Amino acid sequence: MTVSTQYGDTSRPGAGGGNDPGNSSGNGSGNSPEKLLSPVLSAFWDEDRSWSLDVYRRHDGYEGLRKAFAMSPDDLIAYVKESGLRGRGGAGFPTGMKWQFIPQGDGKPHYLVVNADESEPGTCKDIPLLFANPHSLIEGIVIACYAIRSSHAFIYLRGEVVPVLRRLHEAVREAYEAGYLGENILGSGLDLQLTVHAGAGAYICGEETALLDSLEGRRGQPRLRPPFPAVAGLYACPTVVNNVESIASVPAILHQGKEWFRSMGSEKSPGFTLYSLSGHVTSPGQYEAPLGITLRQLLDMSGGIRAGHRLKFWTPGGSSTPMFTDEHLDVPLDYEGVGAAGSMLGTKALQCFDETTCVVRAVTRWTEFYAHESCGKCTPCREGTYWLVQLLRDIEAGKGVMSDLDKLNDIADNINGKSFCALGDGAASPIFSSLKYFREEYEEHITGRGCPFDPARSTAWADQDKHTEVNA
Amino acid sequence: MTTTTPSGQGVQPQGPQSQGPQPQGVSLGMPQLPAPDYPDDVRARLEADAREVVARYPDSRSALLPLLHLVQSEEGHVTRTGQRFCAEVLGLTTAEVTAVATFYSMYRRRPGGDYQVGVCTNTLCAVMGGDAIFEALQEHLGVGNGETTDDGKVTLEHIECNAACDFAPVVMVNWEFFDNQTVQSAKGLVDDLRAGARVEPTRGAPLCTFKDTSRILAGFPDERPGAVEAGGTAGHASLTGLRLAKGEAGPARVVHPRGSGTPAAAGTPAASGDSRDGSPHDPSPTEHLSSHDAPQDTAASDPDHPAGPAAEEGE
Repeated sequence: MTVSTQYGDTSRPGAGGGNDPGNSSGNGSGNSPEKLLSPVLSAFWDEDRSWSLDVYRRHDGYEGLRKAFAMSPDDLIAYVKESGLRGRGGAGFPTGMKWQFIPQGDGKPHYLVVNADESEPGTCKDIPLLFANPHSLIEGIVIACYAIRSSHAFIYLRGEVVPVLRRLHEAVREAYEAGYLGENILGSGLDLQLTVHAGAGAYICGEETALLDSLEGRRGQPRLRPPFPAVAGLYACPTVVNNVESIASVPAILHQGKEWFRSMGSEKSPGFTLYSLSGHVTSPGQYEAPLGITLRQLLDMSGGIRAGHRLKFWTPGGSSTPMFTDEHLDVPLDYEGVGAAGSMLGTKALQCFDETTCVVRAVTRWTEFYAHESCGKCTPCREGTYWLVQLLRDIEAGKGVMSDLDKLNDIADNINGKSFCALGDGAASPIFSSLKYFREEYEEHITGRGCPFDPARSTAWADQDKHTEVNA
Repeated sequence: MTTTTPSGQGVQPQGPQSQGPQPQGVSLGMPQLPAPDYPDDVRARLEADAREVVARYPDSRSALLPLLHLVQSEEGHVTRTGQRFCAEVLGLTTAEVTAVATFYSMYRRRPGGDYQVGVCTNTLCAVMGGDAIFEALQEHLGVGNGETTDDGKVTLEHIECNAACDFAPVVMVNWEFFDNQTVQSAKGLVDDLRAGARVEPTRGAPLCTFKDTSRILAGFPDERPGAVEAGGTAGHASLTGLRLAKGEAGPARVVHPRGSGTPAAAGTPAASGDSRDGSPHDPSPTEHLSSHDAPQDTAASDPDHPAGPAAEEGE
């Protein structure tokens, strides 16, 4: 039996084949992993000491930097713009354009701050990238700083990942020693200091202006914009804040060329990216592919949903992106495709949940997370997430009433778009989308006076136990 | 409450003012200011470290988060003394420092164990077994969220998503990854920690203590030989896509357990539709994990603090 029947509708064109001809990411024929995947950043993670400078150099490390130094900074910015690279941290803003916004000749210091505060539930791409290939980020940082004329860059790494911090410390040390950081790098005239900064546990610091406040030694609370960081960022100076994966993708673009980059993905979403598959799937992990691949293709090549189960709901880009169901298996996972289907590409964190999972439980837990992580600055988010949690806990425990469902929608509506930053919008997303697709399940909790699901069935070992019993 | 103060961790009370009897009159629960000093040798050592930290930044205040990690590496939690030290080094008020120290969840506000054991209970890990693991560990260790075992070894807490969802369920010990945990493996893990056995994470270096970890977080590289290499290049899940792309792993197939036919044939309701078992599942209080949103004690308001609760300033 083939796995494609395991996650829903098999009558759909492309089911099992996974090669919808209308999909711009088709990129050749067939659905073999060799053709559908395109490891670039992850290409040598399986090599011994892949994180070291030696191995990075063996894979053309720091060659992109030489090409960048051969250009003028303005030409370099134009080149990255023309490549079409868009931010990989969630919003998808064109990277080159961010660089271009930095005012030049203003007499102020410029800063590059790399957002390595990866904390969005479901998101797990930057941490393995930094663990296995930190030099791709450092090379990208040197290139970006040359472009925006910055002599001091920062990596803001979330604190809760000490093994990654250890390798970043080592990679930065190696880069200084080899002359890729420090004074007059490779004779280019660029002086660059790079500081690795560990955070201290706060999801909100992944929001770029909260991150800047935190890096300035304050509580991580978002700032009102404008002014945008490009004008008044770190220490009120022009600042570029980029995601790890965005910056780490730049060296390959320089080395292999923008045409090569544009040959992957679609016109508006070109290039390769890391997709993180997790949850009730046979083979969770990192899958680097051209933008526009579908979840069906990813599941088909990797063994599908875990044996004997079917997909119920999933997030395309972390918990802050409205959830999808098995209706959306063929949505091209690029910025436009996911947007057109009513969600956001976000961080490409594909968290998959099968039919054993209670959607009310999942949404309640996410909402508790947002309530916990709300920084408290804006009233709609601070108070709204609190009340959402109260209502959801009651519903999950069978103590809700039908009017609570409209109230949930109403409160989410009063958070969405009414706070400084996107945390509130993110909190509203699972509420809106779960009520849209699974309102009946909420109603069952209310009419049945409790949750009809057994959480033991959802665990990673649920079926293992069952099989042991069967086979014993 | 089973929180203990591991001996030698706190700054010992110095002078009659801090160890004196409870002040007369109405106590407002306010600590006596200023906080006690570090011993001279400790202060000299920390000042040298602090200079190194401050030098990394164009503006000294940026050093506050690493300095709070640094004082935590000295005492195991952020004490009033540590906050005062940060304030003095950076030219801030202690109120400004406290405001920052209480915002971030990695700063302990009271003494804790040598090993901070965090069970991820954000949605994906929770569903995959994190809730069961957290519940089992609470029972196994006899402590609740944020509490420390009597031997001062393990502080248990539930944590939010730690960016390892492809290894769910995940447990972190002193912010090192323990991937793909089960109830049994997690119990074994904390038993080993309490027994003083050498424990190695799935990815990363052999465990050091919470204090040593805090020093790395302050930006001082791990000096132990082999620490950077330890734990391999990448976890197995990180390589899944790469191996498929290189044709090293054939397309995975769904394999059913021997003799059971399809799960549907084996009578699993899961395959035929919803996995309802009919009986309402009443979430236990431990499933409502964000109850720690309630205001926590600060170091300054901790009645067990060596400096003791005292009356207001200048009393």
